[in-house]
Amino acid sequence: MLIARVVGELVATQKHASHEGRKLLLVQPLNLDGSNRGDAVVALDAVDAGVGDRVLLVTEGFSAMTAVGRPQSPIDMAVIGFIDQIDLMPGVD
Amino acid sequence: MYLGRVVGCVWATVKNANLTGQRLLLIQPLTPELLSTGKRLICLDAMGAGAGELIYYVRGKEASFPFLPAEPAADATVVGIVDSIHLKAPAATRTPTHRKGKR
Repeated sequence: MLIARVVGELVATQKHASHEGRKLLLVQPLNLDGSNRGDAVVALDAVDAGVGDRVLLVTEGFSAMTAVGRPQSPIDMAVIGFIDQIDLMPGVD
Repeated sequence: MYLGRVVGCVWATVKNANLTGQRLLLIQPLTPELLSTGKRLICLDAMGAGAGELIYYVRGKEASFPFLPAEPAADATVVGIVDSIHLKAPAATRTPTHRKGKR
């Protein structure tokens, strides 16, 4: 799982049937210091997240499908939680 | 899933039998600002996307699921055609809340 920030929403009329009824979010994975970790990705929303939220992102098929509740569907990323706070041991960057 | 644009088609007459009838698209991955990022790749097409269209694609085992019960040997498949993107916040870094004050 990754820490990420929701940076936008995506609208698609023609999409796989299993993606219907869920928001498509553009999320930017983050490092612990808040810097960008690679490129932004498209994820299905399982918790009703919105733009600007810091969220928990799964990047593996089975967990993403389970979170969205659509088994055997082409989903490889999903937003599965909001992050309220991160506590780090002193000295960890 | 990843954002991308269709930049071409790939034709292969000799290929794995379970890929018969599948269209192969050449995809350029994009950032939310629609700038090219990373290298181009070949995807199967589950949506009927055409050249120049903005799409999103899925990678991994999940790439074969749109074609169930057939399981083509695919590791990337186009699963949606993007109409519009709404960027309401800059993708740039912000100060993370856990670093503010407190400690």
